[in-house]
Amino acid sequence: MDPKNIIICRCSDVTLADLFELFDEGYTSFEELKRIARVGMGPCQANTCGKMVQWEISKYFKKPLEEIPFHNMRPLTLGVKLRAIKEAAEDEE
Amino acid sequence: MKNKAKIVIIGGGISGASIAYNLAEKGETDVVVLERHYLTSGATGRCGAGVRQQWGTKMNCLIAKKSIEFFEKAEEILDYDDVEFKQEGYLIVGSDEEEDELFEKNVKLQQSLGIPAKKLTPEEAKEIVPHLNTDGVYSATFCKTDGHLNPFLMTDAYYKAAKRRGVEFYTETEVTGIDVENGEIKGVKTDKGYIECEIVVNAAGGYAKQIGEMAGVDIPVFSQNREILVTEPIERMQDPMVISFSKNIYCQQTPHGAFIMGRGDNREAGLSVESTWKFLDEMAKTVTNLLPPVGELRVIRQWGGLYNMSPDRQPIIGGTDEVKGFYMACGFSGHGFMFGPMTGVLISELILGEEPSMPMEELELSRFDGKDVEAYETNVV
Ligand SMILES: Cc1cc2nc3c(=O)[nH]c(=O)nc-3n(C[C@H](O)[C@H](O)[C@H](O)COP(=O)(O)OP(=O)(O)OC[C@H]3O[C@@H](n4cnc5c(N)ncnc54)[C@H](O)[C@@H]3O)c2cc1C
Ligand code: FES
Repeated sequence: MDPKNIIICRCSDVTLADLFELFDEGYTSFEELKRIARVGMGPCQANTCGKMVQWEISKYFKKPLEEIPFHNMRPLTLGVKLRAIKEAAEDEE
Repeated sequence: MKNKAKIVIIGGGISGASIAYNLAEKGETDVVVLERHYLTSGATGRCGAGVRQQWGTKMNCLIAKKSIEFFEKAEEILDYDDVEFKQEGYLIVGSDEEEDELFEKNVKLQQSLGIPAKKLTPEEAKEIVPHLNTDGVYSATFCKTDGHLNPFLMTDAYYKAAKRRGVEFYTETEVTGIDVENGEIKGVKTDKGYIECEIVVNAAGGYAKQIGEMAGVDIPVFSQNREILVTEPIERMQDPMVISFSKNIYCQQTPHGAFIMGRGDNREAGLSVESTWKFLDEMAKTVTNLLPPVGELRVIRQWGGLYNMSPDRQPIIGGTDEVKGFYMACGFSGHGFMFGPMTGVLISELILGEEPSMPMEELELSRFDGKDVEAYETNVV
């Protein structure tokens, strides 16, 4: 299949071809890819694409998968409404 | 890695990248940039992405104005596709008469420098941001040429332009020491080897003080964790950045659709960038009150980054008599991203012995010599 038609990150609309281009430009780690192309930064916070990105980095640079650092997980990956946080905080007070 | 270069820049944030580009553009290409992690891994990649000219000191206003003039043409100058720059203004809202007086004074200063800021009533502010809750808003100011800029892409644009001109960037390379002999820079020690050099530029953001210590220069700055969060992206509903010093909030919708927001609290100085529940609670309360519909959005990430604070909240840009060849670009006090272009211009002019495009007395380290600084920039969140 044409890498242009393989979607790696659905949230941020990044294809495998986009990844290859970024690899060639010298962006080789998950953290860099996130920042330049928003890979893994969508509402699912890489729950869907994370492993695939790691796998593609490993294959492309011929490095064992264990050596490819997964991206930094941030707190709150589930998505809570601000108003709900406010109300919970006020309840506690 | 090279073991010799004329100039070594420490830090791969907006400052380091802009300085590298400006030097190379002027023909000085024997330059190496050292970055401990990856580019934008410091404050630059963690910032609120806001660029504004509505400041309370003349120096901050001027640096911001000239930097925005650069952003307007950045893609063309740096030959870069898109840095996501949008000028949809900054709306600054105030709570009481005292803040209103400050606004009056600020706007007068800004207008005298050619910045198109103006004062607004709460009703006029609501016309610009219809979902603004004006209860408790006394007055506001607005400048339509302020806005938003993507920090990753802006840094990438400088990085690529500098690289094309011959600058070398080494990431995952940490500076561990600086060699100074008889008051002159001799070289830089890193975890990947030694680089002999004549000039070192300290653009290490939150770690500027530690880099200063390596060279034996005491820089009167400290770092402080500032937290920030981002929501899921939604369709366009807010054009300008909304910010308030008294209510302690800044909040804007990025061109991508997500809302970014932050606030400051008086943290102890330190190098931690942790995320706290307290920030999340206070942020949720403040934003839901001031911009109620934004409260309906889901938070998808929260993080922290370092403000590097100087005594007068203006940056420290320049060299020092103490160590020949040691230059500093630090102490940005929470507004160093938007100052990036001028940081690069000024440092490159100083290094190359050109006439600086701005008076430097209020920017150089020596302004603090033996003085207690009084004039604080108060327009900081
Ligand atoms: C939450 C938050 C919101 C902000 N919002 C805004 C805003 O809206 N607008 C604005 O203009 N500014 C904002 N700022 C401030 C802005 O981010 C900074 O002033 C600016 O990014 C500083 O850029 P810099 O390149 O000087 O430093 P940094 O981006 O911090 O870069 C310094 C680099 O030096 C590296 N480094 C440190 N020590 C070493 C070493 N020993 N060896 C090698 N490398 C080293 C670090 O890894 C880092 O990448 C915000 C800051 C924060 C934290
Ligand atoms: S699929 Fe990549 S962030 Fe959701």
